[in-house]
Amino acid sequence: MSTATDVDATARARDLLGVSRLTNQALTGWLHGLPGVDQVGCEARAAGLSTRSIKTSSKAWAIDLAISMIDLTTLEGADTPGKVRGLATRALVPDPSDRTTPSPAAVCVYGDMVPVARDTLGDADVKVAAVATAFPSGRASRAVKLADVRDAVENGADEIDMVIDRGAFLAGDYLAVFREVAETKEACGRARLKVIMETGELSTYDNVRRASWLSMLGGGDFIKTSTGKISPAATLPVTLTMLEAVRDWRDLTGEQVGVKPAGGIRTSKDAIRYLVTVHEVAGEDWLDNHWFRFGASSLLNDLVLQRQKMTTGAYSGADYVADDAPSGY
Amino acid sequence: MPTFEYAPAPESRAVVDIASSHGLFIGGEFVEATGGTAFKTVNPATEEVLSEVSEASADDVDAAVRAARTAYTRVWSRMSGADRGKYLYRIARIVQERARELAVLETLDNGKPIKESRDVDIPLVAAHFFYHAGWADKLSYASLGENPRPVGVVGQVIPWNFPLLMLAWKVAPALATGNTVVLKPAETTPLTALLFAEICRQADLPPGVVNIVTGAGATGQAIVDHPGIDKLAFTGSTGVGKMIARSIAGTRKRATLELGGKGANIVFDDAAIDQAVEGIVTGIFFNQGHVCCAGSRLLVQENVADEVLRRLKRRLGTLRVGDPMDKNTDVGAINSKAQLERIQALTEAGEAEGAERWDSGCELPAHGYWFRPTVFSGVAQTHRIAQEEIFGPVVSVLTFRTPGEAVAKANNTPYGLSAGVWTEKGSRILWMADQLRAGVVWANTFNKFDPTSPFGGYKESGYGREGGRHGLEAYVTTGGGQ
Repeated sequence: MSTATDVDATARARDLLGVSRLTNQALTGWLHGLPGVDQVGCEARAAGLSTRSIKTSSKAWAIDLAISMIDLTTLEGADTPGKVRGLATRALVPDPSDRTTPSPAAVCVYGDMVPVARDTLGDADVKVAAVATAFPSGRASRAVKLADVRDAVENGADEIDMVIDRGAFLAGDYLAVFREVAETKEACGRARLKVIMETGELSTYDNVRRASWLSMLGGGDFIKTSTGKISPAATLPVTLTMLEAVRDWRDLTGEQVGVKPAGGIRTSKDAIRYLVTVHEVAGEDWLDNHWFRFGASSLLNDLVLQRQKMTTGAYSGADYVADDAPSGY
Repeated sequence: MPTFEYAPAPESRAVVDIASSHGLFIGGEFVEATGGTAFKTVNPATEEVLSEVSEASADDVDAAVRAARTAYTRVWSRMSGADRGKYLYRIARIVQERARELAVLETLDNGKPIKESRDVDIPLVAAHFFYHAGWADKLSYASLGENPRPVGVVGQVIPWNFPLLMLAWKVAPALATGNTVVLKPAETTPLTALLFAEICRQADLPPGVVNIVTGAGATGQAIVDHPGIDKLAFTGSTGVGKMIARSIAGTRKRATLELGGKGANIVFDDAAIDQAVEGIVTGIFFNQGHVCCAGSRLLVQENVADEVLRRLKRRLGTLRVGDPMDKNTDVGAINSKAQLERIQALTEAGEAEGAERWDSGCELPAHGYWFRPTVFSGVAQTHRIAQEEIFGPVVSVLTFRTPGEAVAKANNTPYGLSAGVWTEKGSRILWMADQLRAGVVWANTFNKFDPTSPFGGYKESGYGREGGRHGLEAYVTTGGGQ
C-alpha cells in the first residue's frame, strides 16, 4: 500500500539517487558514497569552536535565543497530569521575577500527556511535542508505531519526535528506516517530524552522517540526536556532523531541515557552545527556534540564572528559580 | 534574521609589564650593550613601540661566548644529567606558571592571535622542556652511540614566527645534553626571549648556561663567525641558511639548519571533505601562514577541486581576522612591514602570472600590518607563487589527476620540509609517505607538533632534526675517549 506522501518521498528519493527503483542496494550505495567523517578532525573542530569567548551583549542575546530554543521535556514513567501542567506553566512563565524572559519553544511529553499540555498552554505560542513510535526503544511493529503517532497528533501535538529503528540501521536495512520515516511523516499530517537517530547507539560519525541523510531523505523536518535514555546523549562533535549534513542537504535540495541535540546539555556555557557551532557551521539561517532546538529540562534553570546574573550582577542559585517540574533529562 | 555578533573579548594586557628598554643577558646578568646602539620592537597589530632593545656588537657576542664557555667548563658539562634535568623541570614549571604572561607578551610582540599563543605556543614550550628534562639523565639509553657527551658552546639563531617556541626547540635539547647556549632572538620579536632570561634567573640556572643577545643580522653573523662556538643551530630563511653554511665551511663547527618550505597539502577525492577543509585552513592560515612547514601548496584531485574550493571559500568567510588580543581572533597581524611587503609583492606576481585571486573581503584594522586570507586558484607549477615561499596567509591551489602525479608535483620543489595527505585509504597514506621527499608528512591532519616527534627538512629546507630522540643527536658527540 502506498499513500500520497509515501509516493512523494520515494519518488523524490529515486530522483535524488538517480535510480528507477528505490532498493536497499541503491540506498546503501548512496549513503556509503557520502564523504567520510574523520573522528580526530571532527572532534578537534568541535573543541576549537568551544573556545569561543561569548561575553556581554552577545552573551545576553545568546541566552535569550537558547531559552527560546528549548523543548522543555519530561519523559518519565512517573509523569502525572500535575507534573505536566507544572512543566507547561513553567514554559509560559519561565521566570516569574522577570516577565521579559522568553518562553521555550515547546514542551515535550509522552503522547498520552498531550491533552494536558495542550490544555495548559491554551493559545500561547509554545508548541506541544510528543514522543512517539514506541519511544525510546522503537521496538514495536510499524502499525503500533504509526498508531502511536496518529494518536498524539489527534490529541493536539504540533510536533512528533520519532525514534528510528537503530537495529535496522545497524543491520544495513536502510530501506526499512527510510520507509519508517516516510510513513511516520505521512502519519504526522501537519505536525512537524523530528527524527531521533539515537546517535549514542550509532557509535561512529560516519553513521551519524548517513543516518542524518537517510532521515532527511525520508522527510524528517528535524534530525535529533538522542532520546535522553542512552549515554552518550548529545555531544558537540555529533551535532557538528548533523549541522554539516543539514547545510549540505540544503545545498543539494534547497530544503532546510532543523537540528535538535537532546540530553546532557545542562549549562548556559554548553548551550552557547552549540549556538556558536550552529552559527559557524550551518550559518545564521539556523539561529531560530524553527530550525534549532535543545532537548533539555534543567538547562532552562541555568539559563534563567545566568540571565538574572546579567541584569543583577549576582549568580544566586537554584532556590531563586521557580521550578516545579525538575527532571533528570 | 538574527545575527550572532561576538562582542569584543580582549585578553587583559595588565599581566605583562614591559620595561621601556632592555639590555643583554650575559653571564646571568642583564648588561648594557657596549656599542650603545638599540632598536625598537613594535606591536605589529598597532605599530605601537613596545620597548627599546639593545643591539649586541661583536664584543658583546664575545662576552656571551666567554660566559657560556666558563659555565660549560666549570659547571654545566660536569653536572650530572639528573641535576641538569632538575633545572629543566623547574624551567618547564615556571613556564606553565607564567603561561598567561608569556602568551600575552608573545601576542603583543609577534601579532599572532592570543588563542594560538595561549593554546599552542606556550603549552608546547613547556612540553619541550618537560620532554627534554626527562632525557637529561638517560642519554646513554637514547641509542645516540657510545658515550654521548656535550659538544660545548652552541650558538643559536631563531626566527620571529614562533619566538618562544623556537627558543624552546633550541635551548631545551642543548641544555639537556650538557651544552651551554648563546641565543639570538629575531629582531622583531625579542621580548619573550628576554622574559625567558628572567625565568632562567628565577630557576637559579647557573650563570652563563643561557645567554641571550639581541640584535639583527650583524649580531647573528658575529655568533656564526665566533671561533668559540662549537655548534650552530639556525631556523630561518634558506638564504641566510646558505650564508651560514658558507661562513662555517672549513671550520670545525657543526650546524643544523631548519629553513624554508613550500609544503604540499594533498587532498584525494575520497578524503573526509569537511575535515580536509579544516586541515587546509590549519595548514596555511594558522599563525598567519608564518610557518616554515605551512601547507602553502594545496594539491587537490581534479575531480573534487571545485567542491573543495567552494567549501574552503565558505569556511574562510567565518575566519575572524583582527585584534590578536581578542580571544575570538583566528588570524592576527603580519609580523612586520617588511614581511607584509614581501607577501604583497608575491601575490601581485601571482596575479600578473595569471592565477585567479580570491579573498573573503573581510574588514581589516586601520593600523598595523594586515593581509586577508587569500586563495589563488588555477595555479601552475611554474608560477612564482607555486615555487617561492610566501610565508603569509596565501594558499596556491593546484590540481592533480593520479597519485603518481600528486607525488611528482609535491616533490617538484627545491624545498622538502612538510607535506599532508588527506585520504580515507590507509595504504595510500603509507605509500605517499614513502614517496614524498619531506621531513614531516601529516596524514589527515596538519601542523601538529609534539616534542617527541623529530622535525626537519630535505633539500633546501635544511638538515638535521629537532625534537624526539633524533633531535638529541645534533647536540652530542659519541665514541671513544673520556
